[in-house]
Amino acid sequence: MIFVWAILVFALLLVGLSAALIVAERLLVNYGVCKLDINNGEKELEVEGGQTLLSALNGAEIWIPSACGGKGTCGYCKVRVLSGAGSKPLPTETPFLDRREVRNGTRLACQVKIREDLRLRIPEDLLNVKLYSSVVKSTITLTHDIKEIRFSLQEPAEILQRPGQYVQIIAPSPDGPVSRAYSISSPTYETDEVELNVRLMPYGIGSTYLHNLEVGDQVAFTGPYGEFELDENPDTELICVGGGCGMAPMKNIIYSVYDRWPDRSLWLFFGCRATRDIFYLDELRELAKKHPNFHVIYALSDQLEEGETWDGETGFIHLAVDKHLQPDVRRQAFLCGPPPMIDAVMGVLREKGLRDRHIFYDKF
Amino acid sequence: MAEISPWAILIAAIFTSNILLANFLGMCSFLACSKQINTSLGLGAAVIFVMTATVAINYGVYHGMLVPLGLKHLSFIVFIAVIAAFVQFVEMFIERFSQGLYHALGIFLPLITVNCAILGAALFMIIRNYSFIQSLGFGFGAGLGWALAILLIAGLRKKMGYSDIPKSFQGVSIVMIITGIMAMAFMGFAGMVRIQ
Repeated sequence: MIFVWAILVFALLLVGLSAALIVAERLLVNYGVCKLDINNGEKELEVEGGQTLLSALNGAEIWIPSACGGKGTCGYCKVRVLSGAGSKPLPTETPFLDRREVRNGTRLACQVKIREDLRLRIPEDLLNVKLYSSVVKSTITLTHDIKEIRFSLQEPAEILQRPGQYVQIIAPSPDGPVSRAYSISSPTYETDEVELNVRLMPYGIGSTYLHNLEVGDQVAFTGPYGEFELDENPDTELICVGGGCGMAPMKNIIYSVYDRWPDRSLWLFFGCRATRDIFYLDELRELAKKHPNFHVIYALSDQLEEGETWDGETGFIHLAVDKHLQPDVRRQAFLCGPPPMIDAVMGVLREKGLRDRHIFYDKF
Repeated sequence: MAEISPWAILIAAIFTSNILLANFLGMCSFLACSKQINTSLGLGAAVIFVMTATVAINYGVYHGMLVPLGLKHLSFIVFIAVIAAFVQFVEMFIERFSQGLYHALGIFLPLITVNCAILGAALFMIIRNYSFIQSLGFGFGAGLGWALAILLIAGLRKKMGYSDIPKSFQGVSIVMIITGIMAMAFMGFAGMVRIQ
């Protein structure tokens, strides 16, 4: 008899506890439908409460950039929340926000849980971001660790980008899909294709995935993102400085610019370690023959190995920038490469009279 | 143990029979979360609250249901189920009603579900035959004692950031040693009040 009682009591207790939790869940966790008002009524959404703002926006096909899959570790998914998400950012968000952003209500969308109606401000650019499906059209090995990968767009069939913008490739990982950002290297007039330069990072989730793709494979990505904005005035000289796979946005800028303004003055500075890191040099020199105001300068930072010949610059790339540019010309600069390189080049460009607002950079 | 006042039990549970330093219960979260004072403060607060509340609930379940039906031997599994359900409920409750508190305690609550100090407090209450009021005093005191111990260690670990610890003692091992020394220091309170 005692056995029956024991089992009965324990079962009843568990049922009771579970029932209490289910009731509590119903009453406490259910937030009902909440309204999201984006940019003062420009777009209004009704979403299920209780989820994070990032997943609600993604569900409504508004693709906020995010690289970590909503774990709060990349700090990309910034949106401004004007009301409805508590007064101040959570401790998980503060490392990614500066004082100005805290004041104007910037939050990480993956950390904001929707509990009531929200009013948001999202940059116009981000509202135009779409989810693309594509197939790999070609892959070319450029150097020992960089591949050029070209995708044909399927749905939507057209991408409108500004030179220097990037896409986020959705790559599978053991913890579910993650996004990784890559600059578009194909020019803006090729609207039905997207080309990337991908450097293989040891154990990198995105680059390993991309390097192992074969022609015909399906790939999804969102885009275009990025704040690079080309000066439309053809008299402004353009300075492009890249290192490693920081060539991608520069190639895009160069071809896009010479498609529209064949006589525009543009300097490309590209920093490599050794001759084995050089790519696109012949192609770009060919282009420079057609456009006399296009100057291509590659610099090698390591010593040449025995038996190698090199007709370009040597030393770090900021030295080449310093050597070739005249001061005080109306200019706009685009920088893409490792942080020490960007910092050094920024210093040189400031000395040459460039204001910070005319310098766009992407550190990686 | 009807003769001891709940106040005496509370004081004793903090100092003379500190659940961590005298019984060495709840060591894993103690070692893992004592790196920073803020974290240990949050975890300590969560332990105080959950321990007091679950001791009270478990008292009701034990004396109201298990004893009359002669099912005392089920106490372990029943207590664990009650603690887990309670923690889950508290998590939902504070997430809904206090964002600040949720983010202060949120990540610690799941840790508490399996904190043996919480189960230990419920079991001591039975072994020592406490009345309801005494149990409340004990639960609250044991929680306070645990929080005090982790706070002290967090403070020491912060200070230790500047000390030159031999390599083989770095990390958890030095914390174990200090905990032992601190436990000995707490034995100085031993004559004050006595439970068990």
